[in-house]
Amino acid sequence: MSSLPRLFPASDATKGTEKMRIMAVFKRWEFILVLILAAICVFNSFASPYFLDLHNLFDSTQSFSEKAILVLSMALIIIIGDIDLSVASIIALCGTAVGWLATQGMTTPQLVVASVIVGTLAGMVNGGIIVRFQVPAIVVTIGTMSLFRGISYIILGDQAFSSFPDDFSDLGQGYLGGMIPYEFIVYLVLAVVFAVFLHRTTYGRSIFAMGNNPQAAMYSGIKVDTIRFWLFTVNGMMAGLAAVLFTSRIGATRPNMALGWELEVVATVVLGGVAITGGSGTMPGVILSVFVFGMLTFGLGLVNVPGIIMTIITGCMLIGAIATPIIVRKLSRP
Amino acid sequence: MSKKYGFSSMLFASVVAATALIAGTASADNVRIAMVVKNLGNGFFDAAHDGGQEAAKELGNVDLIYTGPTTPTAEGQIDIINSLIAQNVNAIVVSANDPDALVPITKKAMSRGITVLSFDAGIAPAGRLFQINPSKADLIGRKQIEMASKTLGGTGEIAILSATAQATNQNIWIKEMKKVLATPEFSGLKLVDVVYGDDQSDKSYREAVGLFRKHPDLKAIIAPTTVGITASAKAVTDQNLVGKVFVTGLGLPSEMAGHVHSGAVDTFAIWNPIDLGYTAVYAAYEIATKKATGKAGTTVPVGRMKEITIDDKGEAAMSEPYVFDKSNVDKFAKMF
Repeated sequence: MSSLPRLFPASDATKGTEKMRIMAVFKRWEFILVLILAAICVFNSFASPYFLDLHNLFDSTQSFSEKAILVLSMALIIIIGDIDLSVASIIALCGTAVGWLATQGMTTPQLVVASVIVGTLAGMVNGGIIVRFQVPAIVVTIGTMSLFRGISYIILGDQAFSSFPDDFSDLGQGYLGGMIPYEFIVYLVLAVVFAVFLHRTTYGRSIFAMGNNPQAAMYSGIKVDTIRFWLFTVNGMMAGLAAVLFTSRIGATRPNMALGWELEVVATVVLGGVAITGGSGTMPGVILSVFVFGMLTFGLGLVNVPGIIMTIITGCMLIGAIATPIIVRKLSRP
Repeated sequence: MSKKYGFSSMLFASVVAATALIAGTASADNVRIAMVVKNLGNGFFDAAHDGGQEAAKELGNVDLIYTGPTTPTAEGQIDIINSLIAQNVNAIVVSANDPDALVPITKKAMSRGITVLSFDAGIAPAGRLFQINPSKADLIGRKQIEMASKTLGGTGEIAILSATAQATNQNIWIKEMKKVLATPEFSGLKLVDVVYGDDQSDKSYREAVGLFRKHPDLKAIIAPTTVGITASAKAVTDQNLVGKVFVTGLGLPSEMAGHVHSGAVDTFAIWNPIDLGYTAVYAAYEIATKKATGKAGTTVPVGRMKEITIDDKGEAAMSEPYVFDKSNVDKFAKMF
């Protein structure tokens, strides 16, 4: 094995000479993402004079920090070959809980804890059903997607909760040093935690093993069901955290909040180089992918591209970025 | 290998470059006003955009940015307003998808010196300087009685077919209509009944037919709801009462054009989105260029729409509802 210290070992091509190892870096998906991100930034700064402004760039992270938090835990779930389509609905459920508890006089720290607890419980419901009854995750989470948001609709209808403690808005709207949004800092800290967990612990290795071959993983002594259960629970927990940040940022709760986020999150994970069939992917990849989507949307917004065209462009980019290397590889094969 | 990366980044580069071309460029000295609507591809707001462009052209040095999310969500509008703040536009006029959720972001815009007004669907008072309503209750009530009176030549029995008995807007308008009817000017009109179609087509239709049976001398139905007015007009046509009973009230030109041509409807009214967009952009310009303050109790000049007066709740009414008849309904039917 490699004698050089490497923070994030590649899933392939780790053996060989120094030259091959350098070549391997260029073959990595993360390298392509860096190129795409650089291209976006260069073009954005030509297209709009407002892009290369530190305040604006940090402000723009607020638009994607909550989704980015979900991307971290969703990546783990997709690496083990599962999917969780209920995350956006968990946000609606937690947001509703936060809104209601705020009217009952809870303080800001209590609201944060409450939201994380509700999210965690919702994640446990997902994980519990999946593991106990061995139902495919996509089926269970399509069901709970309707269930969790449905509860929110029953409680709120066409109403909204919009009264919160005075200091509640600081969470989602506050800045460190008047510059860096707190939400972004939360995301960066979690990104490091998830990266270390996936690439530096035996649990991380187990997760890859489960994605590649769950049977073999089970026979080699990995507690497959326990890990699955906890990954869905963690995903719910992250949704709870994202919910309280999001509620704080917009200062209101409605049952249609975060509608459609689950697909954006899955798309970001896939663009980040995680195989949708499971077994491979890296945290640096999905973190870069978050910035690719974030900077692209921000740049298009700065030149006032209408929303309809924006979704078409991001869709084309997703297909283009994923299909192009595959097509080129197939064509260049003799 | 290098070929591979060249291809993907080239593809990407061309997409972004094309985007930059679509977006075009703006002159730096102009007053940049952004109109953020509930969602794109909505005829009502496209018409408001036309009005906004008219105002921009009239004022001269205005760049109008027309934008909105694909689906009518507050989140989409928040992202858009974020990027408008980053562009440091001079003013933003918004028709809000959520009165509360937009408050934090528009507050931020105002703290950066951007003028924020809401029109059509308002933002809560903390998040805007003032809200421009298309009209106000007394004008809406009065206009409907005026239309009925004009069609009937000032005399006859009339009835009101409303939405639900609890509908807040309709009840306020009906109260205003009753006030107007009590004045000597409309003493020839006699209000014989008020019924409720619950804003359902079939129930409204049955209630209209019921009115014909109960009041054989009925000359006009006033329906202050878009569902009620179409159902009543349909009932008049089906019962062969065209020319005997006239329907008026609040309706959408696209839904009413057929009934106007059949003769079941002489005139009807609704707010004119073109005028609304014109007023919003004009007012935003006046505030952004410090020609008006927009404070409660003051007035803001708005070009061909004369002026709007800001009341103590920070709201302003544009004008009385706009009347449609045979001569103009087809033109507007294409818009909304």
